[in-house]
Amino acid sequence: MALIISLVLALITLISVVLVWAQVWWFPVNISVHGRAIDQQFTVTFIICGIIFVLAQLGLAYFVWRYRDRGDGRKATYSHGNTAWEVTWTTAAAIVFIGLNLMGFRVWAGMQFTGPAPGALPIEVTGQQFQWYFRYPGPDGKFGPTHVELVDDSTGNYLGLDRARDQASKDDIVTATLSVPVNRPVQLILRSKDVTHAFFVRELRLKQDLVPGMEIPIHFTATGTGRYEVVCAELCGLGHYKMRSFLQVMSEEDFQKWLENMAAQQ
Amino acid sequence: MAEMQAEVVHRHEAPKGFIRKYIFSLDHKVIGIQYYLLALFSVFVGLILSLLIRLHLVWPDAHVPLLDKVSPLGAPGGVITPEYYLSLLTLHGTLMVFFVLTTAPQSGFGNYILPIQIGAEDMAFPRLNMLSFWVTLVGLAVLLATFFVTDGPPISGWTAYPPLSAVGGAAGPGLGLGQTLWVVSIAIFCIGSLLSALNFIATILDLRARGMSLMRLPLTCWAWFVTAVLALLSFAVLFAAGILLLLDRVGGTSFFIPAGLIVSDRIIPRSGGSPLLWQHLFWFFGHPEVYIAILPGMGVTSQVLSTFSRKPIFGYRAMVYAMLAIGFLGFAVWGHHMFVSGMSPYSGFAFSVMTMAIAVPSAIKTFNWLGTLWGGKLRFQSAMLFAIGFVSLFVTGGLSGIFLGQPALDVYLHDTWFVVAHFHMIMGVAAIFGIFAGTYYWFPKMFGRMMNERLGRLHFWFTFVGVYAIFMPMHFLGLVGHPRRYSSLSGVDFLASLMNVHVFISIVAFIAGAAQLIFLFNLVWSMFKGPRAPANPWQATTLEWTVPSPPPFDNFAGKHPVVYRSPYEYGVPGAKQDYIMQDSAEKVSAG
Repeated sequence: MALIISLVLALITLISVVLVWAQVWWFPVNISVHGRAIDQQFTVTFIICGIIFVLAQLGLAYFVWRYRDRGDGRKATYSHGNTAWEVTWTTAAAIVFIGLNLMGFRVWAGMQFTGPAPGALPIEVTGQQFQWYFRYPGPDGKFGPTHVELVDDSTGNYLGLDRARDQASKDDIVTATLSVPVNRPVQLILRSKDVTHAFFVRELRLKQDLVPGMEIPIHFTATGTGRYEVVCAELCGLGHYKMRSFLQVMSEEDFQKWLENMAAQQ
Repeated sequence: MAEMQAEVVHRHEAPKGFIRKYIFSLDHKVIGIQYYLLALFSVFVGLILSLLIRLHLVWPDAHVPLLDKVSPLGAPGGVITPEYYLSLLTLHGTLMVFFVLTTAPQSGFGNYILPIQIGAEDMAFPRLNMLSFWVTLVGLAVLLATFFVTDGPPISGWTAYPPLSAVGGAAGPGLGLGQTLWVVSIAIFCIGSLLSALNFIATILDLRARGMSLMRLPLTCWAWFVTAVLALLSFAVLFAAGILLLLDRVGGTSFFIPAGLIVSDRIIPRSGGSPLLWQHLFWFFGHPEVYIAILPGMGVTSQVLSTFSRKPIFGYRAMVYAMLAIGFLGFAVWGHHMFVSGMSPYSGFAFSVMTMAIAVPSAIKTFNWLGTLWGGKLRFQSAMLFAIGFVSLFVTGGLSGIFLGQPALDVYLHDTWFVVAHFHMIMGVAAIFGIFAGTYYWFPKMFGRMMNERLGRLHFWFTFVGVYAIFMPMHFLGLVGHPRRYSSLSGVDFLASLMNVHVFISIVAFIAGAAQLIFLFNLVWSMFKGPRAPANPWQATTLEWTVPSPPPFDNFAGKHPVVYRSPYEYGVPGAKQDYIMQDSAEKVSAG
């Protein structure tokens, strides 16, 4: 019995390590500036946790086998513990875990404690059951006010803009997909019309809840052109699984062309 | 605190009649079994729900027989709709977290074993004890009733975040009466839990036998004590939050509903509330709750590892301090569920430091369990297999927490299947293994019969290998970025390649789920046909093994045990046998 337990533990450990090492199912490519530091922190965490995982599981496996009752009349070692060992491994655990946390802090601080570079492109993101809308401020650089009583999905006024009377709304561009120019800082302002949603783009290593009643700013700089999925990452109702849009990262010229195209369709 | 030498006082007479003995019983042993059976029923319902979840993810068009009879709107023709999928996962989570993991380990085993282990004849408040069980049962009935209301059970998850859970049926099916009944059910459960917690705390502090100092308490008792304190403080907050949510739903208030919401083309005429307020209140409860779920299992693991290694627990004091630290720190980490919620990122950092800190006492406990095995004389009865399994699963589940506790990494992993993997490993598996270990260990005491060892081993192997095969792959789904609570993979392109992983998980889940019938059969069959159990089949040292199996109605037949030693005196050099019981006055000439 002891041998089987040990072998099963060892096998589980081996399979887990191999699957991580071979990166069979893994993160997609990173296309954001802050994503590099996140991926590095992931690597460090994998290595540390991996070592602990292997040592703990194989340690358990070894002890189970080594100290099995062989029916030879051997008595168990009478020990209530060892204070020196307790202090040692407590200190080691504290240093490892808190150290890891402080390393990760720098990454978090870089993302969250400072705003985007000046001149960042502002884009407003509005989530609703079960659709994403994006709003560009247009040439005046201002987002017009939204009026909830004017919201009418059936006529395409998803955000409740009053283009007739609000000057700032006249040139706002509302789209169903998110396009950004490559290598340019972007600031997203997240809002929700109904319930809590979450904006998640894997390749940007970016996720943030859209909370009704709040306008939450996040920022990123995309470094790779392409088309990436925007998915909802906070349960928002029966259509949560298909609340999906696209992020298109394109060259500066393509982006200007796209924006003009969208403006013409407003 | 001076030990009280009580007179022989029967706080309640021996019960007469079937109703008094088995239904409305004041006996902590009967109440403990009642809680255990409630949890057993709930876990099988929860298991069926999880198998329906696994079925729907990989075979969404499957017709489930009889399901259209239970839920004609949610599963027309027996085919699970997207909203019904969400109901299934809401009820699965609610049943498992509340009615299984918060009942069996604490109110089940704790009720039965605690008074005996401390040398008392019952809990401090037997009537409160009986009341708390029946209140909990009513809570379960209200929860299950949500299946039978027209619009079905709620779809907002066991976490019930507003505004989705607050604005009513406009936001989706199940969010009308179903959601209201859910809140009522949880509020009722809170009351039952609070009453039970009061009882546990009073019992442990006031009813210990002479000589049973706090530092001679078995670690199971320490675990039940810390758990009860956590329950008292955290369930009070959940109860309050539930009242606020109920008021928002039926009382026209706006605790959680901000201004300007438009749901299904209807403007919601409320203002002033904050969805984040619910999250803070819920998780202030929710984080201690998961320690409530795991601490008793840690106590059982310590108890079982020591018994079947024939060695004292390694570092008893450290184990006590670690449990106290986990309990205390458990109140300081709730924000790690909210790193991307819109909460201040500075708070995120603070919560993250505390989360890493709580990993330290958890690590100490793991080292000490390994230290208990070291140099031991291991016997592999079923209880021991599950205790060893607990250690392995606790390591795995705990380590995935190291990823999630770092906000920079949680940005990616939050609300993905990585989180599902983490909490299943640590709660849905490790804590369940604690319940299994406790069952195999204390069944002889509770029912006076032995369980079948061969079936126990079979159950262990199917379950241990099964849970690793089910939940390890989920970590990888999370790394790919697979969001949680998606009823289907069809709405997002990058999920298509993960279908074969889901198929693998579902197949293993069906096999491992079916294997639980081995346990159920063993349990029921052994209750009636198992060989008679002696008072101390495991040659263990704590007080419950000094009384007959099962014990008389007042546990010690009118006597008052006196305790002379620590709870884990195994393998003492110079002793007559390889164990010395806590009430033994044997003098040992040890070096």
